[in-house]
Amino acid sequence: MYNFTFHRPTTVRQAAGLLGRNPEAKLLAGGHSLIPVMKQRLAQPSALIDLSKVEGMVGVELKGRSVTIGAMTRHADVANSTVLKEVMPGLAMVPGSIGDPQVRNRGTIGGSIANNDPNADYPAACLGLGATIITNKRRIVADDFFTGMFSTTLEDGEIIVKISFPIAKKAAYEKFKHPASGFALVGVFASKRGSDIRVAVTGAGSNGVFRVKSFEEALKKRFSPKSLEGLSIPATGMNADIHASPEYRAHLVGVLARRAVAKAVG
Amino acid sequence: MPAVSMTVNGKAVSGNVEERTLLVQFLREQLRLTGTHVGCDTSQCGACVIHVDGIAAKSCTLLALQCEGASITTIEGLAEPGGALHPMQEAFREHHGLQCGYCTPGMIMSALDIVRRNGNDLDEHTIREQLDGNICRCTGYHNIVKAIAAGAKNMPKVGAQQAAE
Amino acid sequence: MSATGIGAAVRRKEDFRFVTGKGQYTDDVVRPGETRAVFVRSPHAHAKIKSIDVSAAKKMPGVIDVLTGADLATDKIGNLICGWMIHSKDGTPMKMSAHPALAAGKVNCVGDAVAVVIAESIAQGKEAAEKVKVDYDVLQAVIDPAKAQAKGAPQIHADIPNNTIYQWHLGDPKATAAAFAAAKHVTKLDIVNNRLVPNAMEPRAALAEYDEGSDHLTLWSTSQNPHVARLVISAFVGITPEHKLRVIAPDVGGGFGSKIFIYPEEVVCLWASRKVKRPVKWTSDRSEAFLTDAHGRDHVTHAELALDADGKILALRAKTIANLGAYMSTFSSSVPTYLYATLLSGQYNIPSIYCEVDAVYTNTAPVDAYRGAGRPEAAFVVERLMEVTARQMAIDPADLRKRNFITAFPHQTPVIMAYDAGDFHASLKKALELADVKGFGKRKREAARHGKLRGLGYSAYIEACGIAPSQAVGSLGAGVGLWESAEVRVNPTGSVEVLTGCHAHGQGHETTFAQLVSERLGIPFDNVSIVHGDTDKVQFGMGTYGSRSGAVGMSAIVKALDKIEAKAKKVAAYVLEAAEGDIEFKDGKFTVAGTDKSAAWGDVALNAYIAHKFVGADLEPGLKETSFYDPTNFTFPAGCHICEVEVDIDTGKTDIVNWTAIDDFGTVINPMIVEGQVHGGIAQGVGQALLEGAVYSKEGQLVTGSMMDYTMPRAHDLPSFHVGLTTTKSPSNPLGIKGCGEAGAIAAPAAVINAITDAIGTEDLAMPATANAVWSALQRAKPRQVA
Repeated sequence: MYNFTFHRPTTVRQAAGLLGRNPEAKLLAGGHSLIPVMKQRLAQPSALIDLSKVEGMVGVELKGRSVTIGAMTRHADVANSTVLKEVMPGLAMVPGSIGDPQVRNRGTIGGSIANNDPNADYPAACLGLGATIITNKRRIVADDFFTGMFSTTLEDGEIIVKISFPIAKKAAYEKFKHPASGFALVGVFASKRGSDIRVAVTGAGSNGVFRVKSFEEALKKRFSPKSLEGLSIPATGMNADIHASPEYRAHLVGVLARRAVAKAVG
Repeated sequence: MPAVSMTVNGKAVSGNVEERTLLVQFLREQLRLTGTHVGCDTSQCGACVIHVDGIAAKSCTLLALQCEGASITTIEGLAEPGGALHPMQEAFREHHGLQCGYCTPGMIMSALDIVRRNGNDLDEHTIREQLDGNICRCTGYHNIVKAIAAGAKNMPKVGAQQAAE
Repeated sequence: MSATGIGAAVRRKEDFRFVTGKGQYTDDVVRPGETRAVFVRSPHAHAKIKSIDVSAAKKMPGVIDVLTGADLATDKIGNLICGWMIHSKDGTPMKMSAHPALAAGKVNCVGDAVAVVIAESIAQGKEAAEKVKVDYDVLQAVIDPAKAQAKGAPQIHADIPNNTIYQWHLGDPKATAAAFAAAKHVTKLDIVNNRLVPNAMEPRAALAEYDEGSDHLTLWSTSQNPHVARLVISAFVGITPEHKLRVIAPDVGGGFGSKIFIYPEEVVCLWASRKVKRPVKWTSDRSEAFLTDAHGRDHVTHAELALDADGKILALRAKTIANLGAYMSTFSSSVPTYLYATLLSGQYNIPSIYCEVDAVYTNTAPVDAYRGAGRPEAAFVVERLMEVTARQMAIDPADLRKRNFITAFPHQTPVIMAYDAGDFHASLKKALELADVKGFGKRKREAARHGKLRGLGYSAYIEACGIAPSQAVGSLGAGVGLWESAEVRVNPTGSVEVLTGCHAHGQGHETTFAQLVSERLGIPFDNVSIVHGDTDKVQFGMGTYGSRSGAVGMSAIVKALDKIEAKAKKVAAYVLEAAEGDIEFKDGKFTVAGTDKSAAWGDVALNAYIAHKFVGADLEPGLKETSFYDPTNFTFPAGCHICEVEVDIDTGKTDIVNWTAIDDFGTVINPMIVEGQVHGGIAQGVGQALLEGAVYSKEGQLVTGSMMDYTMPRAHDLPSFHVGLTTTKSPSNPLGIKGCGEAGAIAAPAAVINAITDAIGTEDLAMPATANAVWSALQRAKPRQVA
């Protein structure tokens, strides 16, 4: 690892100030994406700004018809949130599938979303529920937030503070784990909130998380796995690597979408 | 070099570290607690698992400075000062849950975290799923699974609420 | 059977230190003034080094020295070697390239070391390593062993045409061809035995310390065989004479073969420590381990089996291309030859066998022995052929095996090995029962109702262990003898230390060896210590691999104990004032036949040392004996594994739902430890079959270069195993031991692939059978299934 300076602000304002003063700085949330990359000497931030002591960034809260999760809330705490499991167990499934137990004990929702790894799970949940990402500067809807692999609309000096998920009565996540890394080889989040039906896919697309409009249309007639029978998506634009062919990933999108819908209605 | 202070196995410790010093380096190189091992560089293998404030974490993916003020438990902190093994350590020995011993400290620390989260009565499926973050190349896991189930039973009862959290 | 003697499931002596974090692995050892070595490695698979500029690196903070291959040559440090000579069928010797510890003018695989930075810390070393400027002229690489010999393929070593190391063969080509010509049925298979990365959980490490006062070097090393390391490093690499080098292999965190070999890093650390006059330590990152540990397997094989109309085997032939990587690792040449083709008879009466093996260089990491070493490749060929034949001839696969089992021993196969004991019907029968094969049809129908395809696969494997009779292996090209040594030291208080040339890195020798001594001498288990892994303590030994420690290492202890008993009886005769011929020894007590006179073990031990009851002219004081035991034959562990799988039709994912292993290991010293060895072996075999596979890009980059991309078996990938034993004792060693360390890894891959192909109804499936691979096989097979 290259060396850096280390900062531990206690307010979002301080953190933003540090970011402003250190253009090459990076925010440190759970660190479970950033530190491994730094260990490989593939990232060389001049400073790390540890958000773990910043007030008001942790917790799962029910607010009217939405659930708000603080950006520094760890995966294990979201997965085990009594509130969340009651109002939207489908969302709690997502952090419960990330990495391994030790990673879930440290990794955070904000870190995952800001990093937007194309194989990460939370981006599918954000897009699959129409979440709103709330930063120190503005509110960004998920459909605008994720802009490609490891790429978001976050600007310099912008810090994710919390994420607001509208509560969908029917929602579920199905994931086919990459056998080595535990990331999503393909993950599908499906939800129905009134007439808003969403099917979001992570892991499969060469440009990161995406929605499957054809599936969503089919589900509008009836939110049932039967509505997706025989439907598939084309292999073009799917990731191709040693772990899975584009055809296999496209096929899994169909399989997992049906399973997610079945789980959501079941 | 910045200073760092924490509690390790019940003892207050402090030292000066480079910012980039990982917790596992601080434990192994400065405190000479070499029971915590490094088996990979991608946060996969779990040989380095320790507890931070009672919760399992991979010490290869934490900066020492992130643990300022924290209470750390390593494998060296489990047995009683007189040498009596912790029930989970004893179970690994009794059930031959180790061969070369390299992954063992991380396995035991992770096993304790499984009990914390899931209680004392663990079925095989739960143990296997919850060992996702620990790799063993020797045992085929068969006896590790047996050891964890037995060790969990022999540990003080974990409250239902605590286990659910 | 005593509570701690032979056959008892004694809990391990080793475990207290391991479960409390008090093990001492190489990286845990710290020497005063220690420096760290950081290697500059080639990012290219094949390139000429035009120049290396270390001047900027040398000026970096904390840097003590930066050394290159040119410095190595100046100091006349020799090459690493392969210690087993193989001759091609035309009689020419194998073509071994130069293998300097730091590249000399050319790199031949990604990760090849070109320079080393010696620095105060790893961080400083890494920073300086980035400043070493290497100017490469990148060459085209060849990765695929099947293409390495092609005309126009990149030439890796200038003096070795067609990248061909040897073209070897074994067996009778004419008789085999005649048998095939007369066959009613011929089964043909194309097999790729996938390349594996050993991934012992402790990465390799080396710590070298030079003592200027005595001109003596000490190396702490993650070695399975410290004496062989010392011999090679001194006699061949020429670092220092053998008597001025001490090699210590302390606790070693798994080996699986990968820590047998002598690697560039320990040579460089030794050399550098003498140059900088400070201890030099190198500990591999996992990423470095992926690139530089010797890999395993990597065979491309075409195999055929000829049978008559009744399903009796007439002949087997195989043609294999073995990829040995960029350089010949220490024992690499023996793996695809004498450890492979000699096992192609399996458990069966096969009148004729012919096998040809071409070994080739490619621009990949060296390949050498990995758990099983050649024998898994052989078992996979034989057991896949058997299963496919059974399907093609519509014979029950268990029945086909029964029709062809060898039943009379000794049995001379057409491929060197003479099996001396076994009962293959017994292990198959027991496996069929334990696996409830009768109930399989019902389980298959039940699975189908849930969208799952269920399959059953057998693997009736045999292996040759107890490596090995020295004269026999010498005649086959081995550069060393493969006996083992033991020194038994009885202390004046009667406690015993056994110094063994074997080395434990997970096998539990401290326990099993002590069980033998405890039983034989009738002394408490806790009064026995096993000493290993230090060339200053143990005089010589060949180390641990090839499931040899029980059969060979413990036999040496038995022989030394025989001598101890004989000497102790002489002492007892003086103590008891009786004739030596009247002294009997049983349960730790010496008695005089026909009297009630007795002396305890401890009394005799003490008298051996105080020497008050006899004079030196009659008897030497002391009680210490040494034995070098050379086995009379290999041993032949064998058994039958049955794997039952369920394949998810939608995703292609395979779940192993049941595993039955019935093994014949001869005498078992500690059943708990033996079962553990079986479990671990199966896990590695399942890993090969389902999950693991090293993949290089065509440019020679290791795509599976970390545990993020190379799938290590995890707890949830495996079931609990049902294991059992049948027993025929090995007649080739005094204890009747056959060995158990590799059986699982040898048996498992064929069992898994036989089960999956049974489930999915097509043989068109390569390892690793990932979900994607199985799904694709199902897609390819679809039209046939419809038809």
